[in-house]
Amino acid sequence: MAFVNWFKRNVVVIAGLLTLAYLLLPNVVVTVFSFNRPKGRFNYEWQQFSADAWKDPCGVSGLCESLGLSLQLAFWATLGATLLGTMIAFALVRYRFRARGAVNSLIFLPMAMPEVVMAASLLTLFLNMGAELGFWTILIAHIMFCLSFVVVGVKARVMSMDPRLEQAAQDLYAGPVQTFLRVTLPIAAPGIAAGALLAFALSFDDFIITNFNAGSTVTFPMFVWGSAQRGTPVQINVIGTAMFVVAVALVLVSMAVGNRRKRQKA
Amino acid sequence: MATVTEAPPTRAPVAPEKKPPRKRGRWTPYLLLLPGLLWLVVFFALPVIYQASTSVQTGSLEEGYKVTWHFATYWDALSEYWPQFVRSVLYAASATVLCLLLGYPLAYLIAFRAGRWRNLIMILVIAPFFTSFLIRTLAWKTILADGGPVVGALDALHVLDVTAFLGWTAGDRVLATPLAVVCGLTYNFLPFMILPLYTSLERIDPRLHEAAGDLYAKPSTTFRKVTFPLSMPGVVSGTLLTFIPASGDYINSDLLGSTDTRMVGNVIQSQFLRILDYPTAAALSFILMAAILAVVTVYIRKSGTEDLV
Amino acid sequence: MKTTEETTTAGGGDVRLTGISKTYGDFTAVHPLDLTVPEGSFFALLGASGCGKTTTLRMIAGLEEPTAGTVHLGDQDVTALPPYKRPVNTVFQSYALFPHLDIYENVAFGLRRRGIKSVKKQVEEMLELVQLGEQARKKPHQLSGGQQQRVAVARALINHPKVLLLDEPLGALDLKLRRQMQLELKRIQTEVGITFVHVTHDQEEAMTMADCVAVMNAGRVEQLGTPADLYENPRTTFVANFLGTSNFIEAEVDSTSGDDIVLKAGGGKLVLHRARASAPATTGGKILAGVRPEKISLTHADDAGEIPEGRNRITGRITESSFIGVSTQFVVDSPVCSDFEVYVQNIDRDPRLAPGAEVVLHWNPAHTFGLDAAQDIDAGAETVEEEVA
Repeated sequence: MAFVNWFKRNVVVIAGLLTLAYLLLPNVVVTVFSFNRPKGRFNYEWQQFSADAWKDPCGVSGLCESLGLSLQLAFWATLGATLLGTMIAFALVRYRFRARGAVNSLIFLPMAMPEVVMAASLLTLFLNMGAELGFWTILIAHIMFCLSFVVVGVKARVMSMDPRLEQAAQDLYAGPVQTFLRVTLPIAAPGIAAGALLAFALSFDDFIITNFNAGSTVTFPMFVWGSAQRGTPVQINVIGTAMFVVAVALVLVSMAVGNRRKRQKA
Repeated sequence: MATVTEAPPTRAPVAPEKKPPRKRGRWTPYLLLLPGLLWLVVFFALPVIYQASTSVQTGSLEEGYKVTWHFATYWDALSEYWPQFVRSVLYAASATVLCLLLGYPLAYLIAFRAGRWRNLIMILVIAPFFTSFLIRTLAWKTILADGGPVVGALDALHVLDVTAFLGWTAGDRVLATPLAVVCGLTYNFLPFMILPLYTSLERIDPRLHEAAGDLYAKPSTTFRKVTFPLSMPGVVSGTLLTFIPASGDYINSDLLGSTDTRMVGNVIQSQFLRILDYPTAAALSFILMAAILAVVTVYIRKSGTEDLV
Repeated sequence: MKTTEETTTAGGGDVRLTGISKTYGDFTAVHPLDLTVPEGSFFALLGASGCGKTTTLRMIAGLEEPTAGTVHLGDQDVTALPPYKRPVNTVFQSYALFPHLDIYENVAFGLRRRGIKSVKKQVEEMLELVQLGEQARKKPHQLSGGQQQRVAVARALINHPKVLLLDEPLGALDLKLRRQMQLELKRIQTEVGITFVHVTHDQEEAMTMADCVAVMNAGRVEQLGTPADLYENPRTTFVANFLGTSNFIEAEVDSTSGDDIVLKAGGGKLVLHRARASAPATTGGKILAGVRPEKISLTHADDAGEIPEGRNRITGRITESSFIGVSTQFVVDSPVCSDFEVYVQNIDRDPRLAPGAEVVLHWNPAHTFGLDAAQDIDAGAETVEEEVA
């Protein structure tokens, strides 16, 4: 009976943790198989333990080049999308202007459009313009589809911000620029950071739109896709695991630093 | 807003203080909007419109295409590829329902029960993004491998008999069946369900749960009458953010499925990149887009939340 | 109310609003308004929510652009100046403390924006003044409501503004703390001598703190004066009901003799001093006779003979009585008014004064005030004031 009660109380927690396990299971597999020494060209079956791939992560030709390219793309796409998206978000929350509905739709539509359709449309445009497919076309596409996600993230944060804070700054002799730099931006920073993080992840991980508009340029996801057809090197798992660990570690460290700062000040 | 509002005015209409302040810079909003919107117009709206014109063109790669208002392309595309359309909708809908069922408890857990673990769980939900989703989807090939522990367990529990009877699996395989594709779709789009759900759950004042309990609601009633209705905005945007990309996806079908699980995304992709039949590809894109917009519009109207963004 | 002459330059620190108004589309928040707040005074804008008091305050601060009219600070026309160029500071409703800055930096904010380099001494002195020296390095959310309120005051006062604007500054505090802060604010104001303009919906707060109160209703100033003047000589039913409680008798002017107006109500006669009638009294015309509950004496009908001559009197029957310590509050049903409120000090309690008892209400005619009968008797009374906690 006690167990039944305990179960009833914690059924949500159990279900939630099961979902979390479902979400993380592939990562566990990826990590485990980064220590595999596969027999054939494909790394789908466990054979025997080996750390070879970890010792030589760039041992497959083109892999680290594609990774570098993807990181570069993600960086610039994040920068561009965050800048443009933050500006739009501020305009939407803080000002009243004409054609608000149309602007909202234009921002919502890219999220409501299957990637394949956007990818194909953009490719048609580039081909007609005679643009050379490569780094720049990918970057343009990435900024385009990351933009809306940044707007949504930043908008939520700015909306929950008390407009009286900005008024208080103005009341205390801060001009518009000062108000923005000293009050608005620091308070909106978590929202902007979240938007930027999401943009980075989306850009780094994008395959469909990139695949259409990359020409002969190969990003990391495209490299993985190609290898899935020809044979998957263990190094892919090494990179995947490393990225996961680095991402978690970076966030944890930044949180720890934030907490310590808070405690020191208190 | 946490502040308590004053008593409503006796005769005066809406309290004027609530309106957004009118700024002195009349042009500022337009200057802020301009670069981003221009980007979206040039690289999103115009291409899509151009795509619409491609779909009614005829011609060939060698001789070039001309707009001839050849609407028959649509009819041909539909009559040839309707099974893929139906499959896309079915798979995407199943994945969306599964995402909601799986994602809700986790979002609830993070919002109300995680305590100091909240941030860690949140990170674990987002961090897999950084391991390319292709690598993770390939991992499902290992997990669902023939004769592997997962398939073995499902077989021993006779689950596979049921799913095979329903046509979701074939024989004692999971890989290369609809079940595998839906499983992959669910997995890939689950974070897109969890994040909006969490956002709207987190806004709910936990005291509302106590108030409901105080007013004789059992926990299950509290959930049905208070929590769930208040999380509707999250449910709506979560289901849309899952259903829409899932219905256009072709990666999962390609990696985890077979030729019998091809979705409309696969067709568009191969028409565009391999067969090079642009009008058909464009027509298919447009049918998919129109179908999705129709679904989204009806769905938003019904759920009564207009402001998604 | 005093008006400064245009020519005086030194010490011209009055806040002068001339024909100022604010409309939002079809809705008029503030009707054209002339108001002068004398330098160094503690001035309160009192009214229910939505009456335009906050909008008026925000127009002084520069946070709201007036639709018409001008704002002067002393001789300077500041109407077109943005808030950051006005020598005016605001204590915002719910304080609007910057959550990302600590208390010290919150208080230093205004000085730093004006390019003052060495702020340490001033900030520390100001924090001492509001008794928050210990909390300098805490973030706003780590402070209690009362402490946050003091930070908000310090943050504004450190700039030595010509005028300090307070927008419901005590609204978020509990009753006891609010009383304490009322005195505290009053003390600070006397100490620094800066003009305070205080917006509140709490009539007690306005009366306790302010030298001068403007009662606002539906975008207009109903009446302006010292607290005692407003209380004793309300000129509209709104003011009479909004500040304290009033009893009204609808009466007809029977005759006038010298300084007295004789009124006829429910068969009886009442006397009203002409000086206290804010409406013209013509024989046969209607007038509203008002009297405050604490001015009335209550005598059991059996002792009616002992009531001295020359007092206004009304008969009735007690319907309710509630004992509240210093006084007993009675509700009396009389032919001229169905629920007459009477507060009797608990000096000698008459045990016969219980519900059902027949009584005579009587008061000094000088305590009667006369208002224009063509207004809503209940104006300002049904606005139930919420305790904003």
